[in-house]
Amino acid sequence: MAGNLLKVNDLVLHFRTTKGVVQAVDGVTFDMNRNEALAVIGESGCGKTSLVRAILRLLPKNVHTYTGNVFLNGVDTMKYSEERFRSEMRWVSMSLVAQAAMNALNPVLRVGDQVAEPLVVHQGLRKPEALAQASEVFRLVGVSEDFLGRYAFELSGGMRQRAIIAMALITKPDLVVLDEPTSALDMLTQANIMNVLKSIKRELEQSFIFITHDVATTSELCDRGAVMYAGQIAELGNSQQFYLDPYHPYAQKLMASVPTLHEKKELEFIPGQPPSLISPPTGCRFAARCHRRFEMCDQEPPLFELDDGRFVKCWLYK
Amino acid sequence: MTIVKKFLETIRRYPTAVISATIILALIAVAVYAVIAIPLPRAIYLWRGADQVWSDTPRNAQPAWTNLFRSKKLPETFVVRVDDVDGTVEQLGDAMWRETTLLTFDYKESAFPREMNVFFDVEFETREPQVTITWISPDGSERRLFRGNVRPGQRYAISQDKTLQRALGELPHVGLLADPETTGQEDVDPEVWKGEYALKVEALTFEEGSTVSGRLVVYGDVYGIAGTDHLRRDLAVGLLWGTPIALMFGLLATIGTTILGFVIAAFGTWFGGWVDQIIQRITEVNLMLPFLPILIMVGTFYSRSIWVMLAVIIALSIFTAALKAYRAMFMQVKNSPYIEAARAYGASNSRIIFRYLIPKIIPVLIPNFVIGIPQFVFLEASLSVLGLGDPTLPTWGKILTNAYQGGALYRGYYYWVLEPAILLMITGLSFSMLGFALDRVFNPRLRGI
Amino acid sequence: MQDRDQPLLAVQDLRTWFELRRWVFARAGYVKAVDGVTFELPRGEALALVGESGSGKTSLARTVLGLYKPTSGDVVFEGMPLSQLKKGQMRAYRADLGYVQQDPYGALPPFLSLRSILAEPLKVHRIRDKNEQDQRINEVLEEVKLTPVSDFIQKFPHMLSGGQQQRAVIARAMILRPKLIAADEPVSMLDASVRIEILKLLRRVQEAHNLAVIYITHDLSTVRYFSERIFIMYAARTVEKAPTESLLEYHFHPYTQALLAAIPDPDPKNAETFRDVPAGEPPSLVNPPPGCRFHPRCPHAIEGLCEVEQSPTFEPQPEHYVECWLYRDEKRVEEGE
Repeated sequence: MAGNLLKVNDLVLHFRTTKGVVQAVDGVTFDMNRNEALAVIGESGCGKTSLVRAILRLLPKNVHTYTGNVFLNGVDTMKYSEERFRSEMRWVSMSLVAQAAMNALNPVLRVGDQVAEPLVVHQGLRKPEALAQASEVFRLVGVSEDFLGRYAFELSGGMRQRAIIAMALITKPDLVVLDEPTSALDMLTQANIMNVLKSIKRELEQSFIFITHDVATTSELCDRGAVMYAGQIAELGNSQQFYLDPYHPYAQKLMASVPTLHEKKELEFIPGQPPSLISPPTGCRFAARCHRRFEMCDQEPPLFELDDGRFVKCWLYK
Repeated sequence: MTIVKKFLETIRRYPTAVISATIILALIAVAVYAVIAIPLPRAIYLWRGADQVWSDTPRNAQPAWTNLFRSKKLPETFVVRVDDVDGTVEQLGDAMWRETTLLTFDYKESAFPREMNVFFDVEFETREPQVTITWISPDGSERRLFRGNVRPGQRYAISQDKTLQRALGELPHVGLLADPETTGQEDVDPEVWKGEYALKVEALTFEEGSTVSGRLVVYGDVYGIAGTDHLRRDLAVGLLWGTPIALMFGLLATIGTTILGFVIAAFGTWFGGWVDQIIQRITEVNLMLPFLPILIMVGTFYSRSIWVMLAVIIALSIFTAALKAYRAMFMQVKNSPYIEAARAYGASNSRIIFRYLIPKIIPVLIPNFVIGIPQFVFLEASLSVLGLGDPTLPTWGKILTNAYQGGALYRGYYYWVLEPAILLMITGLSFSMLGFALDRVFNPRLRGI
Repeated sequence: MQDRDQPLLAVQDLRTWFELRRWVFARAGYVKAVDGVTFELPRGEALALVGESGSGKTSLARTVLGLYKPTSGDVVFEGMPLSQLKKGQMRAYRADLGYVQQDPYGALPPFLSLRSILAEPLKVHRIRDKNEQDQRINEVLEEVKLTPVSDFIQKFPHMLSGGQQQRAVIARAMILRPKLIAADEPVSMLDASVRIEILKLLRRVQEAHNLAVIYITHDLSTVRYFSERIFIMYAARTVEKAPTESLLEYHFHPYTQALLAAIPDPDPKNAETFRDVPAGEPPSLVNPPPGCRFHPRCPHAIEGLCEVEQSPTFEPQPEHYVECWLYRDEKRVEEGE
């Protein structure tokens, strides 16, 4: 039952740079069910954007290693050829709302045409039919269909973001990956977009991976959450476990550093910096900053599966 | 400091940068050598000199090393001097001395020289010496070539001696060196008689202290590293001296244009308003002005001095599209947070422009600067070809002009055109390659290309 | 007026408008970025300016810093209106202010070492003696905990982490021993775990030097920890001004209520309900709606009143001010606090 939509197994993505090999994604394993939203939380430099690239195979030229398995609906997409992946996977079964995507709308095309484009390209639909579906998906995201004929500069930031979400949904993919979808937006607009995502999840039973550094916002949507640190998953659990009672020391400290408006709380911060991904330390990567380290931490812990269904990469939970 | 480091990093990472940097260093070395070995006044003197300066070189001779590629080698040019040989002196009377000198040389070439001259160098008070020149062939046979009084600087042109020519049946420089059996015949080509020849110089002087000296110059078809031009000038001098001139011109023009353009753009962008508007309008007007015709007018009606040309070129090149590009870059930086912070702590306008704005853009400038140098080098050469070059200075463009006017390609003197052309190309290529490599380091966004 | 009684900073009906030019000469209207703001700030107090982008909070800070000229109204610092300062006095004024910006990397010139960066404000204010410069630089780096100082002074901005860069920015803001610091979204570009560190540092610095701080943010959740008072800005006006605890307990203005309702705490229960958020977007600052600017989105708008006339300021609780007709039965306050 677990992982009936997506199973990622030991995914590795390393980049070659002038300064050395960046081990951006270093053995990531997790799974997802249908109609589930998974949060992937991490700070800058943890590799979460590279994880997006690894799953959607949006790779730059300087790839050093790219191994592992990505099972979507039971089929290992890693084995697909480039062409097959492009025509059957990307934007057909899996789509992406990229960071600052609202700024990536083509200024010389009408919004409706852009949103309809995936249908034209991947399903060979003709313009009028594609636009009809675009109209439907606009309704879903709460944008009036009048805006189909407008240009990007005529839309506000919030509306553009909704248009981008519409574009990601229009081919009815099994999975939508959202990379920082609300970072550049105002708080009220953010709340509105989260409402939109919530309603889409309910209406379409859509599955999401929500990648961000903004912990509080993810709790609006996600059933499960994972914390990434230095290219690896440190903890993965359902939302009760993840937000209220994390086990991994990093996850604990992270939750403790999130300021809360509605309850009073003593804020903590984590001294030091994340390790470089070019030569990550041996052993547990968080050990240097961990308040609970002990001798075993000199070796890298595996991802332990606990009885309550959560996964923790920490020797404390052996 | 980081600029120097980036510079070195480029050289380390891109092989083209290493090659081009080496070439540029070599060019600079040549330029320095040229200026030291042949100081400017001497260079000008040499380049303007007519027969007096270049008496010992043939016209339009190929470079000597081309003989390496020939099986049948072209004859080389050589000189035999009286002063190098000891002669015998006899006193024939109260005021009469006879000095006999034997100038011997081995003629081993397989072809005939194109000209032979004897130059005299005499000193006397009132009475001219009398000189007799006798040609001695390898078999010992003698032929008197010349007898007469000699003034200073006189020249006996063996090749132009018509009497001799009639006597030999061939041109003198052919006939004197040919096997007698092959001369004077219609259907037989003369053949070179290889062997040891001698020129006997008997000088009769009539005063104490009067001296006669001189030299025999046998003009071959090849000379020197670079050959010669129509005025017998050794092209090596021109090519050598062309290097510092080209580099200096390119460098000064680029420096002047870039720095001034930069600073003006910075001021305009920072102050905005009417200052910016005026600068933009000047630029737009300047872009419409015809560059070359203006230079032609200045050159024709005012002066062709290289400094005047340089000044006009800089003036016209500041307000160009490059200035608009700088302005675009400055506009972006103008609103940077750190500039705003500087205004907040009270930095003055000039401080902001020179200390915060300009240093940010300089790295972008450097590749453009390097690439700009060959543009001006070519411009200078073009001006020379158009006849606007500085008439006194030896430059590559001048050599090309001479070659063109001398019908070089038509007459087969390819070296005359190729040498300056190749030097121009090498200069252009090396700076461009270095500039592009620098561009990839200083402007990392281009790295993927 | 006595020095003791007078607040450090007083802003009186400040308006900062920017001209919109169509062609070189034709004026097409004004962007009214700050449109009638009044408040006082004593030494030692941290004031949070909360608003969305386009609310005018950054323009307000920039006007106080002297980067924009007010179109009308005045900024009065230690009793002296800025508009009356001569050039030399203006420069001296700038030494009393520190500016901490949002983008830590952009705020530091990338081609200067840390020592040079910190020395620049000193040089501008004619502190040229090397020893004095060194002393101040040491002092300020120790304070922001960029130690060992000898290590850090030779570093360039790109060698520092985001948190360290922001510390350097704070150091630069402190080096002229200012009385007021304007911090514009100082942590929004930093990682979550670093934000608290930097905000605590700012708080410590404020307390140590009895500084006045204007802390601009769009993130209400950090505000309770770092400020004595909160001003909520909407469409170039301050719609609510109150001490922190009072605002969090009684959020009178409908916009404040919407903001507080919109901000989630990390709680898994959030996924079960939809948030009650007003639709629409903040209005254009060129043509704000007539009357109360929030009325098109306000769930409690009073017909016939809110869309006609801008509300004056009311004081429903002591020291707690609201610009909203809903409180027209409360004590009315005229211009000035």
